[in-house]
Amino acid sequence: MSEKKRDYSLLGEDARQAVEQGLANADWYQTGVPRKELKALMKRSDGPAIRDTLVWLGAMVVFSAIAAWLYPSWWSLPFFLAYGVLYGSASDSRWHECGHGTAFRTQWMNTAVYQIACFMMMRNPVTWRWSHTRHHTDTLIVGRDPEIAVMRPPDLLRLVLNFFGLYDAWFALIDMMRNASGRLSAAEKTFIPEMEQGKAIAVARVWVLIYIATIGLALVTRSWLPVLLVGTPRLYGAWHHVMTGLLQHGGLADNVTDHRLNSRTVLMNPVSRFIYWNMNYHVEHHMFPMVPYHALPALHELLKHDLPEPTPSILAGYREMVPAFLRQLRNEDYFLIRELPPTARPFHGGLSNTGGIAAR
Amino acid sequence: MSEWIEACSVGDVDEEDLIRFDHDGKTYAIYRSPDNEFYATDGLCTHEQVHLSDGLVMDYIIECPKHNGRFDYRTGEAKGAPVCVNLNTYPTRVEDDTVFIQVK
Repeated sequence: MSEKKRDYSLLGEDARQAVEQGLANADWYQTGVPRKELKALMKRSDGPAIRDTLVWLGAMVVFSAIAAWLYPSWWSLPFFLAYGVLYGSASDSRWHECGHGTAFRTQWMNTAVYQIACFMMMRNPVTWRWSHTRHHTDTLIVGRDPEIAVMRPPDLLRLVLNFFGLYDAWFALIDMMRNASGRLSAAEKTFIPEMEQGKAIAVARVWVLIYIATIGLALVTRSWLPVLLVGTPRLYGAWHHVMTGLLQHGGLADNVTDHRLNSRTVLMNPVSRFIYWNMNYHVEHHMFPMVPYHALPALHELLKHDLPEPTPSILAGYREMVPAFLRQLRNEDYFLIRELPPTARPFHGGLSNTGGIAAR
Repeated sequence: MSEWIEACSVGDVDEEDLIRFDHDGKTYAIYRSPDNEFYATDGLCTHEQVHLSDGLVMDYIIECPKHNGRFDYRTGEAKGAPVCVNLNTYPTRVEDDTVFIQVK
C-alpha cells in the first residue's frame, strides 16, 4: 500500500513540493525534429477547419431540425443522440484546438468557434484557457495541473457519472453561478491573471442569461424541446469525449517530465477522429502543441521512432487502463510504464518523483 | 549606453522565420518578415520564458511554441492570452548582408 496520499489541490502540500523538486515549469523532453520539417507541419491554414466546422455545425442543424420535427415521438431519439454527440463531445475538441489557436490560421475564426464550443461544454473561455495553459506547462504534475481527469485513487463513481456529463456539468454550473455573482475561487485565482478575471465574470453572466432564456422558453411553450437542444446535450452527448479523453493520460505516470511517459497515442476510427479532431495523437500534441490537428498524423509518422508504439484501438486502451485504475484503488502509486522502441532516446528526467510501482 | 551588435548574416534567417541570437548573457530573436525586413525582440516569451526561436512566424506574428501565445514582433505587442506582457524590441539595420541590432 502507498504511504503518502496525493494532494491534488493547487494550494496544497504537493503543489509546494512540485516547485521544490523542480517539477513546476520544468524542461520537458522533445524529440529532435529539423526546423524545416517542423515548420512545414506547424504551418496554418483555414481550409481544413472551415470544412470541418461547416460539417460539424451543419450536421448539428440537420439533426436538431429533424429531432425537433419528430419530437415528441421516439423516432426523434437517434437524431437527438447524434446531435448530442456533436454538441456534448465534438465541441470538446473544438474548444481545445481553437483554445490553442491552431485550428484556423485566421484568429477571429479560432475565437468564434472557441466561444461557441466553450458554451456547449460549459467551460468558461477565460478560466479554461488558463487552466489548459497550466496543463501544458505542468502535465500531470500533482498539485500543479488543474486538468487531471482521473486522480488517484480513482473515483469510479465520478468516472461513470461523467459518461453522462453529470459530475462535470454539476460543477460547471456551480462555477458559472459563482463567477456570475462576481467571484472566482481561490484555485482559479492561482492560474488566472488578475487582469483577465473580469472577463471570466462577464462571460458567466451572459451564459446565465442564455440559460434563463432557454428555460423560460421551455416554460412558455410547455415543452422540453428548448432544454433538449440547449444545455442537456452536454449531458446526453458527453460519452464520446469522456471515452476518448480518459485515454489521454489514464493510468500513466504522474510527476514526470517526459510526455512519452504520461500521455497516450491511440489509433482510432475516422468517425471518432472527426469528433475528436485527431487528439488521439496525444503524445505528439503535448510535445509540439504548435502543430495543428490536421497535421498530427504526419507528425506522428515523423516522431514514431522515438515514441512508444501507439495503442492500437480504443478498446485496447481500455483493456490496459481499467485494470490500472482498479490497481490504483489499492495502491495509488501504481501506474503503467510505456515501452520505448530500440530507436528511441531514453526517458527524460526519470521516475524518481512518481513514488511508484510500474507495470511492465 | 546602447551599441550596435552584429547578430547574423541575412542568409541565416529564412523569410517569415526567426533565429535565436545570444549576446552578453541575454537571448534575442531575430526575425525576417515576409517583405524581407528584419526585426529583433527579446528571445524569451514573457509568459513563461520559453525560447521563441522554436516557435512559428506567421506574417508579422511570432507564436510561442509552448502555449501558442502570440506577439507582433514588429512592435512587441502581446496579441492575446496567455501572453499579457509585451516583448521588448530592438532597432535593427542591415549592412553588407549583415544584420545588426541595437542593444543597451
